Amino acid sequence: MEKELLVRKIKDGTVIDHIPAGNALNVLKILKIKGSEGFRIAIVMNVESRKLGRKDIVKIEGRELNPEEVNMIALIAPTATINIVRNYEVYRKVKVKLPDTIEGIVKCSNPNCITNQHREYAVPMFKVISKNPLILQCLYCERYTTREDIINQFK
Amino acid sequence: MFKGRDVISILDFSKEELLTLFSEAKNMEKYVKSKVKILENEVLALAFFEPSTRTMFSFQTAMQRLGGSVLVLPEAKATSIAKGENLGDTIRMLDAYANAIVIRHRIEGAAKYAAEIAEAPVINAGDGAHHHPTQAMIDYYTIWRVKGTAEGLNIGVLGDLKYGRAAASFILASTIFKPKKLYLISPRELRVKPEVLEIIEKHGVKYFETGNLTDVISELDVLYVTRIQKERFPDPAEYERVKGSYRITLDILKDAKEDLMILHPLPRVGEIDFEVDKTKHAYYFKQASFGVPIRMALLKLILKG
Repeated sequence: MEKELLVRKIKDGTVIDHIPAGNALNVLKILKIKGSEGFRIAIVMNVESRKLGRKDIVKIEGRELNPEEVNMIALIAPTATINIVRNYEVYRKVKVKLPDTIEGIVKCSNPNCITNQHREYAVPMFKVISKNPLILQCLYCERYTTREDIINQFK
Repeated sequence: MFKGRDVISILDFSKEELLTLFSEAKNMEKYVKSKVKILENEVLALAFFEPSTRTMFSFQTAMQRLGGSVLVLPEAKATSIAKGENLGDTIRMLDAYANAIVIRHRIEGAAKYAAEIAEAPVINAGDGAHHHPTQAMIDYYTIWRVKGTAEGLNIGVLGDLKYGRAAASFILASTIFKPKKLYLISPRELRVKPEVLEIIEKHGVKYFETGNLTDVISELDVLYVTRIQKERFPDPAEYERVKGSYRITLDILKDAKEDLMILHPLPRVGEIDFEVDKTKHAYYFKQASFGVPIRMALLKLILKG
């Protein structure tokens, strides 16, 4: 039971819970939310969690995440749960799940890969080699891309 | 089993398929200086965006010996590429003109990308530091022709195992023709990439990494020597540190087995002393000559079945 809410409940939008501690800002980066969009956003970092010890939470008022965005979060916050809130109630709860292949979204870590040539139309595609630690393998150049590489892409 | 197929990685082929290719190549050896009408009316496009001597000429010769004709994409600066045409559009054009396309490009994944675009079969003649499958076919064909088998041997791979695409494809082929043991000999900075090492591990290839050739030379049945790929070093200082860090000399070879065969995909830039050319160990020129029959066999199998 929550004794005291650090941040109040949102009316409509998304609550991303169980983010590994310290990764809330990376989650916003991967969603390309800079703050200037005008959504009311609450970021809670390093709070106690029964499951994780410590966790981060991000609440975004007025914005529902689509399935593609949910998958993106899986790349950097594999433990996250996503609650879509409508009229103060949890309308839908989604546990992020890393798919076996990732298409688009992530850039290959190899600058010499065909998918990084802006004048070509090769869409980056990856096979998930390992979920923890996260290792993606490019289906074109076969180079590995890690969670750190992905976080750096969104800086 | 070959007709209409792309050749992107050596791992696309099974042992059975490679042995079929080898026996076809052996058959082709008798035509390397003459002409057979097997691929009349067929056109092969050669799209080399990186320099090549052996690979391009041997594809060209192979196609012409088979009675087919060749379209050579002129140097980039003389074509629409200089006007800013991208690779995808160039491949579409070649696909409209030719029955098969050979591509070499500095960008990794370029051949796979071209194969997705083109309906005609695409043959990878080298994509960056990634794959060079037809070179691995020639390398293992040479071993098979000389030793009578390509399996169960002690094989050493020396040199630039990180940036060399010929070395990468040769090492990957050890998952198809299993060696007794694979010796990976390189300076620390040029060790095999983890992506490649994990594949050979997964296939249970027994291997040993070392920086010192003299420690293992007496064990080897085959020594595959490679050039340090100066052009692929992101940092010139790293190149300066490792260049010339190994060299095959008569002195090193005094501990070698009688029938050690030395291979090199060529060009060499000082890794093998000229004196070694005269020894019974030198097979690299023989290996280069096999480029034509292997590519004849491959083109025949891909275009005619």
